[in-house]
Amino acid sequence: MTRQAKFKFRLYVAGEAPNSTRATANLGALCRSHLPGRYEIEVVDVFREPRRALADGIFMTPTLVKLVPSPIRRIVGTLSQTEAVLLSLGLEAVPA
Amino acid sequence: MLGAGSVAVGRCATRIHFADLVKIMRPIRPPLAKDGRKAPTGIDGFDEITGGGLPHDRTTLLLGGPGSGKTILSLQFLVHGATRCREPGIFVAFEESSERIAANAESFGWKLAELRKKKLFFLDAQPMSDLVQSGDFDLSGMLAMLEAQIRKMKARRIVFDALDVVLALLPDSAAKRREVYRLHEWLLAHRLTGLITAKAGGDEVSSVSQQTFGFMQFMVDCAVILNHSVVNGISQRNLRVQKYRGSSFDENESPFLIGASGLEVDATRTQARINAKVSSERVPSGIARLDTMLGGGYYRGASVLITGLPGTAKTTLSGAFAEAACERGEHTLFVSFDSDANEVVRDLESVGIQLGRFVKNGRLQLASARTITGSAETYLVRIKTLATEHKARCLVIDPMSTWSKSGNDSNTHSVAERLTDWSKAKGITLLCTSLLEEMSDTPDGAASLQISRLADTWIQLNYLMQAGERNRGLSIIKSRGTAHSNQVRELILSDGGVTLADAYSAGGEVLMGTMRWEKERAERVETEVADVAANLKRVKLDAEEAELEVRAKAVQVELVAKQVEKALLVRTTQSLEGALSRGRSRMRELRGADAALPARKAGSQ
Repeated sequence: MTRQAKFKFRLYVAGEAPNSTRATANLGALCRSHLPGRYEIEVVDVFREPRRALADGIFMTPTLVKLVPSPIRRIVGTLSQTEAVLLSLGLEAVPA
Repeated sequence: MLGAGSVAVGRCATRIHFADLVKIMRPIRPPLAKDGRKAPTGIDGFDEITGGGLPHDRTTLLLGGPGSGKTILSLQFLVHGATRCREPGIFVAFEESSERIAANAESFGWKLAELRKKKLFFLDAQPMSDLVQSGDFDLSGMLAMLEAQIRKMKARRIVFDALDVVLALLPDSAAKRREVYRLHEWLLAHRLTGLITAKAGGDEVSSVSQQTFGFMQFMVDCAVILNHSVVNGISQRNLRVQKYRGSSFDENESPFLIGASGLEVDATRTQARINAKVSSERVPSGIARLDTMLGGGYYRGASVLITGLPGTAKTTLSGAFAEAACERGEHTLFVSFDSDANEVVRDLESVGIQLGRFVKNGRLQLASARTITGSAETYLVRIKTLATEHKARCLVIDPMSTWSKSGNDSNTHSVAERLTDWSKAKGITLLCTSLLEEMSDTPDGAASLQISRLADTWIQLNYLMQAGERNRGLSIIKSRGTAHSNQVRELILSDGGVTLADAYSAGGEVLMGTMRWEKERAERVETEVADVAANLKRVKLDAEEAELEVRAKAVQVELVAKQVEKALLVRTTQSLEGALSRGRSRMRELRGADAALPARKAGSQ
């Protein structure tokens, strides 16, 4: 994984539902520690933009979509299992 | 960027959460639909079982194993709502893609493509195969989207197909329950008639993994279980309404099958029996002398059973009945289990029963059971559907005993019973034949079906072996409400038709066939001899009479002659005397005698 690669995420949340709030927090923490300065997060509230979520095929909230770099990956849930999330995002756990 | 747009205040989504489990454990009382309205499914039998359809504005759970027909039933429910009830619907597909569902349903002729433009919406909600799951999630996002869609199309019905697929992704049973509750509450809040399907073996299987559904069964207002089982290698589909709050329903398993235009559910018999019409109208049997034996024919709406060994002309009697029905202009359905429909027509032509013309003009529908395979239940549903479609007033099933070979006995019995009840309720005259096993000890070959008990008229056909001949005999074992002949008649088949002949009994034995013919001939000769003898006698007497008359005439003539002779004699005598006296006067004149005196003298001489 090149150091320069920039990550683009889109996080679909359901308003302030506890799971969604937790996912938002978890994603922020993860990006700050693993991708400092090279990430971009767009948060979509399905309550506000149901049509968009429908078009994107999002049915479970929260859902994280990694748009860049390819391949596109989808992760559903609060993103609490950091190891698994990093693995599926193609990131290695930073040695402590 | 982080957190941008995430400040929106959530609505109901936050209401139920892990921490609030205590709160949700309280049973949620649905806003009771006070009017008890029902949402018809368009499946006649199902609507009959439930008294009108699924509970309106409430949630129904549909459980069933793989291939049990859950998707078809739910789709049919939506299609009916969209086309007939002005209730647009949404189909949320968790398992199959909507394209595949639509393609599979195309064969039912539901015109999904047309409906999808406005009244029917398919939501593909299959979890993607590459989906990674990390931590807890919920369905509030999907519900938010559906909400928007519902508002847009004013949907009233919604189906969640294979909810188990998405529930399986949830990490623990508490989360599963939470999402089920969320969904249920959401449905109630939006006053939608909801149908949730899930894979489960119903109440038979109650393993730990099924607990979510067990819990759902308690929660919902209506639960329906579809069952697909195999008995003796024959597939049987059953449907059972497990619960239905606030409504009476048929609690028994009802067989169903997936027909050409969707599900066909066999409705209960209890309801059908109540409105059974009783008619005293007679329906000719197609054989004049049989009608006489029965006191006019079968009753309209009666069930007639014809039993007999193979080849005793059961089919022929059925054919005669069908022909007579068609000639009266009644629509008739002839279901043949043994032979092909065209074979039946051909074979019956040999005994003067012409069914071909009625097949052509559409009055007679022939169904060969070779094209219907499956359990007795399947046959029943198919026959009922065919008969209804054909608007049949007479129904022939030849032979019904085939049923006892398909599926289990208890089932078959109830099938025969239900068919009888159904035809009675519809006023359809039912004629079924039943094959007696040649080796069977019991005289009642229909025992396995027990239809002999249900039949109103039971005609028994048998062979009589006598003097090197096999002849067909017909007798009426019973005929409810009819005075009927107690005699055994001989059934004669010829290319001119079917006739019944009196059987002769001589020395305690019934004579049939050649022996009957011989007896008949002997009697005929005897009569002829007697006739001739009488004729001869009459001629003789005539002759004698004539002779006497002639003699009487001759005597008469003789008498007249004698009388004439006598008269002549008198006159001759008179004229002689006259002449004589005239001669004397003349002589006196000539002699110039005294006129006075000699006259006295002369008179004294």
